[in-house]
Amino acid sequence: MNPVNYLYLASLLFTIGAAGVLLRRNAIVVFMCVELMLNACNLAFVAFSRLHGNLDGQIVAFFTMVVAAAEVVVGLAIIVTVFRSRHSASVDDASLMKL
Amino acid sequence: MSSAPSVHSLWMTAAGPRDKIPTPHIEYGQLSPVLIVVGAAVLGILVEAFLPRRQRYAAQLFVSVVSLAAAFAAVIALAAGDYGTSKAHVAAMGAIAVDGPALFLQGTILLVSLVAVFTFAERRLDPQTHGNRVDSFAAQPAAVPGGEAEEAAVRAGFTSTEVFPLLLFAVAGMLVFPAANDLLTLFVALEVFSLPLYILCALARRHRLLSQESAVKYFLLGAFSSAFLLFGIALLYGYAGTVTYSGIADVVDGQVSRVDPALAQTMGNDALLLIGGAMVLVGLLFKVGAVPFHMWTPDVYQGAPTPVTGFMAAATKVAAFGALLRLLYVVLPGLRWDWRPVLWGVAILTMLGGAVVAITQTDVKRLLAYSSIAHAGFILAGVIATNKDGVSSVLFYLAAYSFVTLGAFAVVTLVRDAGGEATQLSKWAGLGRRSPLVAAVFAVFLLAFAGIPLTSGFAGKFAVFKAAAEGGAGPLVVVGVIASAVAAFFYIRVIVLMFFNEPKADGPTVAVPSALTTSAIGIGVAVTLVLGVAPQYFLDLASQAGVFVR
Repeated sequence: MNPVNYLYLASLLFTIGAAGVLLRRNAIVVFMCVELMLNACNLAFVAFSRLHGNLDGQIVAFFTMVVAAAEVVVGLAIIVTVFRSRHSASVDDASLMKL
Repeated sequence: MSSAPSVHSLWMTAAGPRDKIPTPHIEYGQLSPVLIVVGAAVLGILVEAFLPRRQRYAAQLFVSVVSLAAAFAAVIALAAGDYGTSKAHVAAMGAIAVDGPALFLQGTILLVSLVAVFTFAERRLDPQTHGNRVDSFAAQPAAVPGGEAEEAAVRAGFTSTEVFPLLLFAVAGMLVFPAANDLLTLFVALEVFSLPLYILCALARRHRLLSQESAVKYFLLGAFSSAFLLFGIALLYGYAGTVTYSGIADVVDGQVSRVDPALAQTMGNDALLLIGGAMVLVGLLFKVGAVPFHMWTPDVYQGAPTPVTGFMAAATKVAAFGALLRLLYVVLPGLRWDWRPVLWGVAILTMLGGAVVAITQTDVKRLLAYSSIAHAGFILAGVIATNKDGVSSVLFYLAAYSFVTLGAFAVVTLVRDAGGEATQLSKWAGLGRRSPLVAAVFAVFLLAFAGIPLTSGFAGKFAVFKAAAEGGAGPLVVVGVIASAVAAFFYIRVIVLMFFNEPKADGPTVAVPSALTTSAIGIGVAVTLVLGVAPQYFLDLASQAGVFVR
């Protein structure tokens, strides 16, 4: 199969993720959409790696996975503390500082 | 693309005998500033794990201060060894640049972080609880605010000494960020300094709901922007077939001697280059806090513990502008006719937006946040200059601005009432009558923000605007001066409020700090005045350091 199709898929996934971040209201779902965007990046890296015939892109994909895992640790910790103190994970409820 | 792309022979011969992979050659000496800070951060984790609670504070403070000072000494030694000028080169297999801008910014970040550690460690401002001295950080950050667990932790006198290793990890990421010489290192460094900052934002002792809210906002928007950065990196990799800065720059300039057949397909594709470059810029402009990517700044600055805000406002800006400069001057100089108009627009929006919205603010921390947005616009004017003076003026501005910011936020920690820091601007009325010294020091910082002569702000603004005018951005300088005038209005308004208004009966008190915060504020004032009165030596230093290695 033509590897360029994977790039179209990657951009599609990235767009779905970005739209989800902007439209969804639950912090956990927003965060999952961010992870979808990161995975779309990984797919693009691997597809480009295949196109170019060098391994740089695959190595970047490994690093992205590690970074995404670290981000999950920090992100879930923050979202869970907020949920425990507010009993809500909605990003609309977090509005104490609005002018 | 209808025809099947040609695939490199690597994929066909993967099962055959392979070349041996050479051992990576790492210049440990030249990377020592980063290595020292990372080592100290790991040591800090061990201190948390093995020392009894009572001894951790002193041990962490010692480790942090000694490591940051040692790393600064290492930067000075490298600069003295001409690594900033004649021996500048790319170390660690092409991952890290050791050159003038990198060393200058690393030195600035280390000094700023050293001063920030002093404000982190301050324990005299809050009244003692149950006989224990407490700092600005929550006793037990995992406990629900106002719950039983928190009450028990406060009674037992717990403190979050984890903030020191977190700070050190963030500093390590910031040291790598402006020196990163390939896009992978750039991304990893970005995450290494962002993740600890997200956590630090959530740790305030007072107003914990605000603090947690700021952490959520910063985290979600920060992760969103780093996803954009990463997709931009993917597209640039697709365009150039490499993630190293010099490799991409060669492809952009069309200087590739032998074009790989696989690469030829994507190399001519300007869409990959333009979209990729734009997305990487979005990620960096978010960290810088430029309009329209500034929405997180006021909320995060207001909600985060004030020492963290000061550190973040000062050091993150230095690191992010360093990375932005290197990207634009090393990777994309061949594309400057495309990115300059975009950055013109961003700079104008940032300067005017920050300055105008700041006028309506009623909270000191939000006011300083919008002022930091306006300053990001002024620095962008220097970035747009695209000449040698542009680099050196931005370096000087960053050094000057970071100490003013840190000092200003340190003063904010001193003005307190029963609920903690009194950040409502109306409560600051008449502060100059009650505590003339603190108000005078804050006035010095505000005048430096406004760019009044004899302060570092004036020297920095003058250098940046001069470089921008010489670089052909004259109209931008006019907008910058107008924005400075608007900004001066609200800085002066705060000074008038402090000195010429009657103090209120229920006004805040000024806490007497320990030597830690006093020295942080003292260093801030000293740097502000020295860089303002005698800037020439430092301007020369910045101009010597203003050459990027490729």
